[in-house]
Amino acid sequence: MEQSAYKPGEHPNLPPPSNTVGPIAWVRANLISSPTNIVLTVLSIWFLYEIIPATLEWAFMDAAFTGESRDECRAKAGGACWAFIGERFNLFTYGFYPADERWRIDLAFVLLCVALLPVLWDRCPFRKYGLYFACAFPFISGWLLLGGFGLMPVDTDEFGGFMLTLVIGVTGITFSLPIGIILALGRQSDMPIVRVFSIWFIEFFRGVPLITLLFVASTMLNYFLPTGTTFDLLLRVLIMVTLFASAYMAEVIRGGLQALPRGQYEAADSMGLKYWTSMRLIILPQALKISIPGIVNTFIGLYKDTTLVIIIGLLDPLGVGRSSLADTKWTGLSNEMYLFVAIFFFISCFGMSRYSLYLEKKLATGYER
Amino acid sequence: MNESANKSNGNPEREIVIVIRKMHKWYGQFHVLKDINLNVERGEKIVICGPSGSGKSTLIRCINRLEEHQDGEIIVDGTELTNDLKNVELVRREVGMVFQHFNLFPHLTVLDNCTLAPIWVRKEPREEAEATAMEYLERVKIPDQANKFPGQLSGGQQQRVAIARSLCMKPRVMLFDEPTSALDPEMIKEVLDVMIELAKGGMTMLCVTHEMGFAKTVADRVIFMDEGEIIEQNKPHEFFDNPQHDRTKLFLSQILNH
Ligand SMILES: Nc1ncnc2c1ncn2[C@@H]1O[C@H](COP(=O)(O)OP(=O)(O)O)[C@@H](O)[C@H]1O
Ligand SMILES: [Mg+2]
Repeated sequence: MEQSAYKPGEHPNLPPPSNTVGPIAWVRANLISSPTNIVLTVLSIWFLYEIIPATLEWAFMDAAFTGESRDECRAKAGGACWAFIGERFNLFTYGFYPADERWRIDLAFVLLCVALLPVLWDRCPFRKYGLYFACAFPFISGWLLLGGFGLMPVDTDEFGGFMLTLVIGVTGITFSLPIGIILALGRQSDMPIVRVFSIWFIEFFRGVPLITLLFVASTMLNYFLPTGTTFDLLLRVLIMVTLFASAYMAEVIRGGLQALPRGQYEAADSMGLKYWTSMRLIILPQALKISIPGIVNTFIGLYKDTTLVIIIGLLDPLGVGRSSLADTKWTGLSNEMYLFVAIFFFISCFGMSRYSLYLEKKLATGYER
Repeated sequence: MNESANKSNGNPEREIVIVIRKMHKWYGQFHVLKDINLNVERGEKIVICGPSGSGKSTLIRCINRLEEHQDGEIIVDGTELTNDLKNVELVRREVGMVFQHFNLFPHLTVLDNCTLAPIWVRKEPREEAEATAMEYLERVKIPDQANKFPGQLSGGQQQRVAIARSLCMKPRVMLFDEPTSALDPEMIKEVLDVMIELAKGGMTMLCVTHEMGFAKTVADRVIFMDEGEIIEQNKPHEFFDNPQHDRTKLFLSQILNH
């Protein structure tokens, strides 16, 4: 038997061997650890080599950034024609919102960021007041966007572009979470009426395609509503999108509720906590934490589903893009248009996804055994 | 009947905290508790033992209505447990419970675990609740862990936090459901020591456990259950040295010779 260099009980803590740390070790462990791994690495490098230079060439080196029409672009360069996006940028952003009033959208956007800060960041200075502001934000932004009370009224027909996406997305996200929580709790309720209502609500809205709901919102509701009532189309769409997302949200949260050990409910009960107190302080914080990936998944789905409103004639960015392509000056530039819109959506959704990862890390407490 | 229920078995002048009379419970068709009659005096320490599945947990969970009984009555500190939510909340306030798997709230620190119920149920101001909590954490010998999360503690420490958490509500009765059976052997003693201290302080305790040493040191009465019935109850030394019933003998021989 080999003799240890140290006496029993006197072994010091040593650093790990040098071939298990550092960049070379990383490459060895991650890129060339096995024959399959080597093949995958080589294939990936080849793939990137084929894709990246060509894309860069098209998007930047060989692209035209100025010009009055597609033909002018083509005369300058063979790649992308970003002049198209440049000329239509305001339309993509604001839709048909009156040009003189667009500052209101900019302001609402800035306020949105201000309102999000205390909601998303728990160590934000003056968080308490920030949260009050966040609660007031829907009303402030509603006033800014719609006008009235001293501002020029703007009809919702004139909403469009990214601004429309944000209006629908933010409204849907804000309201679908609380409604989803209520539905999820309702589905577990001891009261039969509450439970049956929740189940049917969820099953109905989850079982019907969103497009159908949007059609119902745009046409059929007119039959049900008393004649002469005007009920804003955008408002109907907001309600449908929110209810649709709420149904999904409810199921995601129910999953989280069921994943909690029964002992958590029992401990809360055994201390004499009332139902809503134990939900608010014990059950929901844990259930929502478990559900974060699913919740954010639903948010992202909702956000991207806003593009469906094009079907009932609302002009979201894709709608703006399509109508712009119909302009004879810019026909045939669909690559640029779809790429531009895709980048917008990707940035928003990627942001949400990263935030959810951050949140999961932050909420992790200790190690589960 | 009423007469005897309000008096203790051997000690007529002591106050009765828990009265269980002709109590039955079913899980669906399964008759899990059969005709349970039990009076618990203030300050009495009762150890409940019996084979797995005999209904021990169900019995003590009926006392704070984590489980509902279907027949007979349970009166805790003068409040009868019925469907009336008010009564249930009243009883739960006065009855602390410690679980086999601790059931601490993993998203709250140890201190917040301890202050939650006093703040939200007893409406104590936070400072007061925290002072009380620190006092009890001191008593279970882990004041230095107050700001950690439960997941960062050992099992024995977690169970001691769970005991402190219950005590912060200043309960009149403590229920323990196998508090040491999920623990590694070296941690059992630290939890039992805390429970022995508590017993010395005069707490009324109902304790489901197979720690016979504990039963011998602190119990006033040992109850043996099998198949949903109380088969035998006696003072600890009588119970261990001179069991009456065959099933008790069998059970004792099994747990003492393992
Ligand atoms: N929620 C339940 N539904 C149906 N049967 C149950 C339930 N909980 C416990 N039981 C059954 O009741 C019996 C007694 O359980 P329990 O009180 O946990 O026993 P013990 O604690 O003595 O081991 C067991 O046979 C168990 O399977
Ligand atoms: Mg049990």
